[in-house]
Amino acid sequence: MCSGRVDLAHVIRAFQNGMDGVYIGGCRLNECNYITHGNYDALAMVLLGKRILEHIGLNPDRLRIEFMTSADGILFADGVNEFVKTIRALGPLGRSEGLAEGETAARLSGVAKLVPWIKLAKRDKLAARLTREDDRERHFTAAEIEALFREVPAYFIDPEKCQACTICGRRCPVEAIDGGKNRIHVIDQERCIKCGTCLAVCPERFQAVRVAVGAPPPPPPTEEQRTLVRRKKAAAD
Amino acid sequence: MDRIAGQAGDFTVTLTRKPRYVLEDKCTGCTTCVEYCPALCPDAFNQELSKSKAIHIYYAQAIPLIAYIDESCLYLQEKKCRICEAVCKNEAIDFRQKPETIEIQVGAVILAPGFEPFDPRPVERYGYGRMANVVTSMDFERLMCATGPTEGEIRRPSDGRHPRNLAWVQCVGSRRVTPGENSYCSAVCCTYTQKQVILTKDHDPEAACTVFHNDIRSFGKDFERFARRTAGLSGVRFIRSYVSIVREVPGSRNVVLRYATPADGVREEEFDLVVLSVGLNPPADAMRLAERFGIELAPSGFCRVDPADPLQTSRPGIFVSGAFQGPMDIPESVFAASAASARCGELLSRRRGRLTRERTYPAEKDTGAEEPRVGVFVCHCGANIGRVVDVPSTVDYARSLPNVVYAQEQLFSCATNCAREITEFAREKGLNRVVVAACSPRTLEPLFRDTLREAGLNQYFFEMANIREHCSWVHAMEKEAATRKAKDIVRMAVARASRLEPLQEFPLPVNKAALVVGGGVAGMSCALSIAAQGHPVHLVEKEDRLGGLARRLHTSLDGMDIPALVEDLVQQVYRHPEIHVYTGASITSSSGYIGNFLTRVSSDRGTVEIRHGATVIATGAALYRPTEYRYGQDERVLTLLELEEAIARGEQRVVGAGRIVMIQCVGCRNEERNWCSRVCCSAAIKNALRLKEINPAVDVTILYRDMMTYGFREDAYREAAERRVRFIRFEPSDPPRVEAVEEDGTKLLRVSVNDEILGRTLAVDADVLALAAAVVPAEDAPEIAGLFKVALGPDGFFKEAHVKLRPVEFATDGVFLCGMAHYPKHLPETLKQARGAAGRVLTLLSRDTIVASGAICEVAERKCIGCGACIAACTYGAIEFRETASGRKAVVNPVICKGDGLCNAKCPTGAIVLKHFTDEELFGQIDAAAAEAAAAQRS
Repeated sequence: MCSGRVDLAHVIRAFQNGMDGVYIGGCRLNECNYITHGNYDALAMVLLGKRILEHIGLNPDRLRIEFMTSADGILFADGVNEFVKTIRALGPLGRSEGLAEGETAARLSGVAKLVPWIKLAKRDKLAARLTREDDRERHFTAAEIEALFREVPAYFIDPEKCQACTICGRRCPVEAIDGGKNRIHVIDQERCIKCGTCLAVCPERFQAVRVAVGAPPPPPPTEEQRTLVRRKKAAAD
Repeated sequence: MDRIAGQAGDFTVTLTRKPRYVLEDKCTGCTTCVEYCPALCPDAFNQELSKSKAIHIYYAQAIPLIAYIDESCLYLQEKKCRICEAVCKNEAIDFRQKPETIEIQVGAVILAPGFEPFDPRPVERYGYGRMANVVTSMDFERLMCATGPTEGEIRRPSDGRHPRNLAWVQCVGSRRVTPGENSYCSAVCCTYTQKQVILTKDHDPEAACTVFHNDIRSFGKDFERFARRTAGLSGVRFIRSYVSIVREVPGSRNVVLRYATPADGVREEEFDLVVLSVGLNPPADAMRLAERFGIELAPSGFCRVDPADPLQTSRPGIFVSGAFQGPMDIPESVFAASAASARCGELLSRRRGRLTRERTYPAEKDTGAEEPRVGVFVCHCGANIGRVVDVPSTVDYARSLPNVVYAQEQLFSCATNCAREITEFAREKGLNRVVVAACSPRTLEPLFRDTLREAGLNQYFFEMANIREHCSWVHAMEKEAATRKAKDIVRMAVARASRLEPLQEFPLPVNKAALVVGGGVAGMSCALSIAAQGHPVHLVEKEDRLGGLARRLHTSLDGMDIPALVEDLVQQVYRHPEIHVYTGASITSSSGYIGNFLTRVSSDRGTVEIRHGATVIATGAALYRPTEYRYGQDERVLTLLELEEAIARGEQRVVGAGRIVMIQCVGCRNEERNWCSRVCCSAAIKNALRLKEINPAVDVTILYRDMMTYGFREDAYREAAERRVRFIRFEPSDPPRVEAVEEDGTKLLRVSVNDEILGRTLAVDADVLALAAAVVPAEDAPEIAGLFKVALGPDGFFKEAHVKLRPVEFATDGVFLCGMAHYPKHLPETLKQARGAAGRVLTLLSRDTIVASGAICEVAERKCIGCGACIAACTYGAIEFRETASGRKAVVNPVICKGDGLCNAKCPTGAIVLKHFTDEELFGQIDAAAAEAAAAQRS
């Protein structure tokens, strides 16, 4: 498994499990045995992860990546010892940062939910090959992460416009859209990963999917309101 | 080996098998007998630095891993004891065994007896055997090794103290004409010493290390960088001086060395431990071997080989590989071995496959509906793990884990009997997942997967927990903590194993043709060998004719007629019905994958599409065009190769010259090109000798940094010195100066250099100045690398998959490498490497199908939103879009996918999944890692 396979979600999961630090070891940069250089992908992911930790009030030093070869045993041991020392000095996750017991968990699970969207929003930057050391620290900025979390979109379906065509429901990758024929569709905000597929596939003539940024979406229609009354048919009646 | 009769293609060999006194099919390698054996004898594997028993296993990784009894046995000597017989639970001891004569029929023979380390004992001035703290490099190798007599702690023999101040003495037994020593250079000692220095510093960062050396021969790939790294370590000194071992200091038993430097004159210095960097001798029984096989030896005592066919002994059908050809390092030994196998293949290709048997496995059990039933096998690895980790308690712990239905300990899980045990218990206990807690999966995972197949289980239901490299070896001092960690590792492995899915590997057809890119000596030899083994070859050359750089060479130190060799290869290539030559060719595209490539070539023959199963990159190298030393400004300044051509043409300005100067290392071994071009020192000497031959009165001066005349080339270096070729060393910080000077109306080319030994500047007015211009990567190397999706190293030469283990293969499957494209090398080395590549190509082309891994990526179409993040992440171009009724969807070509999983980490919806490393499996492992900590916190 290449270090580039390490997912932001894996890192968040470890912190959710109460780990106080996460250390990722990758091959030396520019010495990939293949042609992939996936360690740069891991590096970009870690840089993003650190900014996210910072954003939710956790110390970014809790996440570290080091690059070494299988012959660098000493480097590895020194690096891990130093990391453990750092983490010990930092103390337990969240509490040391002054967060209340449940608060750390709540913030982390908030981030975990947003991982798919973060991957989409930061797709290009996550794929960057940061060969110059100077570029790394400023690759992701605090302001950028601030904006990222501020601009989290919420997709919802306008009950006035939905024609219950089922296209969005069929195309939603996480099956977050409830609805059927003649039943106005509703997006389950808990399951939605904010990929925007529904918005993209909703037929032009309906334009039923809408997006709310920075504000909660309007409440979904009640069960009674969800039966679609087709206008033509209603007129005929 | 007693006798060999017959001829190439049909030999009868008579062998005597010595009694082992242990039945191979009964011994389990448990070593109980070794524990009880009362007869102590020196342990030969540990350089006799520790004791072994009369019954023992040669070393911990021996194959087969079973015991044998040697001559020091009390029963064999005096008919006493027989304790081993009594303690062996398997009745594996058999003292009735007698030497056994075996006759075998073979078509060809490969001699690979290796070398014998030089024994400094008889040479009194080395003090070896007289002074306890003088050891050989082989002794030191064992002293550093974790499986050595001191378990990896460097302790000096006299008192077991850790030496703090160590010295290495280079060229012991090599480069010397004194009786009992060898005139040749042993080629490997400079670099192995650097390795020993680095490892010593790893053991003890404070250790002072001093290397007394002559030239530093860093002629191999990446050696120069390695040498600089070593020399740059703190507390490491490299001193260029002959050295004598003066005396042992009474009391401390330290060793005093005397040496001289130009700055300080003669000095004496005391060291805790002195390592003699011993050279390579011919194998001890080389004479007997030669006699029985009817082959000739060279005067050096190594096997006599024809430099133009370096695998062939003097007897047809008998080939040689490895250090029996002469001193060589591991990469060369490895490709020489492949090359020898190719030579056998050429001889025996028509009979290939007649004796092979298909391996059959029991039908795979469908475990789809079953709950995970995990079996855990915890390995002691002899004492490697068991000494540190409490194995029985780890087994008990494993039993307590969810889904584990069976757990046991094993002495060596990898031993045949233990592997069989895993198969048996898997069947008996109805296991459907197996965890072996032992070593790194890197070496043994394939073996255990096979074990699962034998049990009728899908091989991907296997997980290895590394409690050796990741645990016992690094926490030897903290046994309890190590045991806790071993349990953590096992718990994580079980968690992952429980979530593993069965995966299918599938066969892919192999196209039987090869594409060889580059029509130089490497490409032609490789093509000829592949074709001789019955496969079509497409040989592509960008120039208008075959031959490459070797066209410009004329003679060699080992007496080859290079124009004749090249011409002969060209003739053979054109005559071979299976070789298709494309000259004036360019490659416009290449696609596909191992066994099934498609390459488009435009050439004198028009544009063709070539389908091939294997690709060989043999695109050679180029020469540096010097910008220094007035090259290009004064017509008397040539490159070494231009000098050789001028000599061959008999140009008067060269053969009639009175004074010739050569400058070595022009354009390399510097910051910009940090490598040694390997061939230039020998070329300088070759040309110097040739010039002396033509005109004995000619004055030749060679300005050098380190003469890289490794191996038998050293003899030519000595001959040149004897024939009064002047050698003057310079430091890179103070290079020679070349000026145009006008005196008495004559335009002189004045070369001046500081001679450190004489302590003054010497100036020579040269009639001809020859520059040893660096060998540099071919200009089109990056383009070729891109076309065939292979890698270049930091210096721009093509990068092999592994320096030692896979020296002629690329990390990209199905693509191979030989010749100067890999690194500068001499022609015999190129010939060997070309055949080595052919040998590896045949391991692929001789098969009808190859198997693609199951651990690759796959798209769950339902979840794919067609964002293309995966396609951007894939370096191999394995993912494409496909239009479907529900929009565009990513789809993976399983043959091209290498399973790096970058796409998986980029996919926002989890649609693309790296099988065998799925999020579910990895989350399981992450959760299990935390489980104990969480439990501890709760309690």
